[in-house]
Amino acid sequence: MMDVLTPVSPALEFHHVTKRFPDAGYNAVDDVSLSIDEGELVTLVGTSGSGKTTLLKMVNRLYEPTAGQIVLRGHDIMAADPVQLRRGIGYVIQQVGLFPHMTVAENIAVVPKLLKWDSARTGARIDELLQLVQLDSAEFARRYPAELSGGQQQRVGLARALAVDPALMLLDEPFGAIDAITRDGLQNELLRIHAAHRRTYLFVTHDIREAFKLGTRVLIMHGGRVQQFATPDEIAAAPANEFVVELLASAGTSVGPSGEASVETSGGMSAGTSVGTSTGDDVRG
Amino acid sequence: MAEAWQQFMAYGERYPHKLVDALLQHLQIVGITLMVSLALAVVLTLLLMDHRRAAELAVSVLGALYSVPSLAAFALLIPLLGIGMDTAIVVLVIYNQFLLVRNFLAGLDAVDPSTVEAAIAMGMTPLQVLLRVRVPLAFPVIMAGVHLAIISTIGIATIAAVINAGGIGVILFDGLRSHKIAKILWGTALSAGLAITANMLMTRIERLAEKRLHFS
Ligand SMILES: Nc1ncnc2c1ncn2[C@@H]1O[C@H](COP(=O)(O)OP(=O)(O)O)[C@@H](O)[C@H]1O
Ligand SMILES: [Mg+2]
Repeated sequence: MMDVLTPVSPALEFHHVTKRFPDAGYNAVDDVSLSIDEGELVTLVGTSGSGKTTLLKMVNRLYEPTAGQIVLRGHDIMAADPVQLRRGIGYVIQQVGLFPHMTVAENIAVVPKLLKWDSARTGARIDELLQLVQLDSAEFARRYPAELSGGQQQRVGLARALAVDPALMLLDEPFGAIDAITRDGLQNELLRIHAAHRRTYLFVTHDIREAFKLGTRVLIMHGGRVQQFATPDEIAAAPANEFVVELLASAGTSVGPSGEASVETSGGMSAGTSVGTSTGDDVRG
Repeated sequence: MAEAWQQFMAYGERYPHKLVDALLQHLQIVGITLMVSLALAVVLTLLLMDHRRAAELAVSVLGALYSVPSLAAFALLIPLLGIGMDTAIVVLVIYNQFLLVRNFLAGLDAVDPSTVEAAIAMGMTPLQVLLRVRVPLAFPVIMAGVHLAIISTIGIATIAAVINAGGIGVILFDGLRSHKIAKILWGTALSAGLAITANMLMTRIERLAEKRLHFS
């Protein structure tokens, strides 16, 4: 129905993916079906406990789905060797997870080393990445994580995840613990990096403003289910349900990418914004 | 006092080879014990590290064994293994398991879960996660366990002389039996000197490791 939902070349597809943790009386992720195109920056937003992290961790197989199928670039991820799968997926988390016993350069070199890059190539890549995340190589390459500010650590975490230029980046509230001004700068850098390389990003946040600022499409989750999956403009124009309306209201009046979303009236984008099911149909069709 | 000192010096001059032999024998007991202890502790740690319940149970069993007084432990094992150095080493190895396994497990457990998860998510194999992330980060706690085990082994090995294991304890217990103050002093001095030396060495190694691994 909707152009934007027609998978031209799906980078990542979820087919009726459900996750129920052992002993839990509910599904943390509940029958999620959707398709993400190559080069999209999808932001995943929802209240705490809505299943965002669980959904993300199923993609790099830190968790296994209870039911359903996840397809990465045409391949069922369950058929892949998890170790090889993960080396091709960048992963950034709020806790950063930098290795405290390794320097910045060593942290960034972890995956290149796992992939047995030679040291010249790795060294060149480290410089390139530090430049990309705007850290002076001469100043920072030999520092340890404990010698960095929170924002600098997060930049290194980002550089590390980008090291082998993975086709898919998973980011779980990467800027969640960072002050507003630094966060704004990091968001802009992420947009710049994404625009320059056009890899597929799946970015989790609980901040609706961040979701609308960054996302080419925004995936809204609640109670493990997809509430709406559409562009920021579409969501602002036609919230799929009461939950989405409330979420938008909680963020105040300006959640659009250019700050005017709440006054925008784009009548052309009415249908099919309750995406949980409609993308599922697209994917299967 | 002055007399005791004279006897102490005289004994040292007359029987230097006895002292050196005892010391070397002691080092042999300690060395073999540590190698066997470390190998066994590594195996136990690898078996237990991903099984929390079993690990807790094992550590409390090892703790109970550790609390058996050494004289009783030696006596209990004589019917099974006879007297001599081997029996002493078996007892010392069992004692060390508590100090080593408890610290190894505690150290590995204390590594920040999000750091471990990052390592897994980056595509490290379980062995790579262990060797490149968990062991280096647990290193200070691991070394603290080794440190304790060394000091404890040096001390308890002295007691092992009562079952003919040899070592510094032979001189000490001879002295006690025959009321020779010189022997008692030499036994004590060697045992304490060895413990203090080992302690200093281990402290140095720990400092170096901490600097190299950069914890602050
Ligand atoms: N490892 C886990 N074991 C059991 N339950 C979990 C686990 N991780 C998450 N959950 C549960 O799954 C639900 C979704 O959690 P999560 O995906 O972390 O939410 P979000 O990231 O959106 O805050 C929550 O109810 C949470 O308690
Ligand atoms: Mg989360």
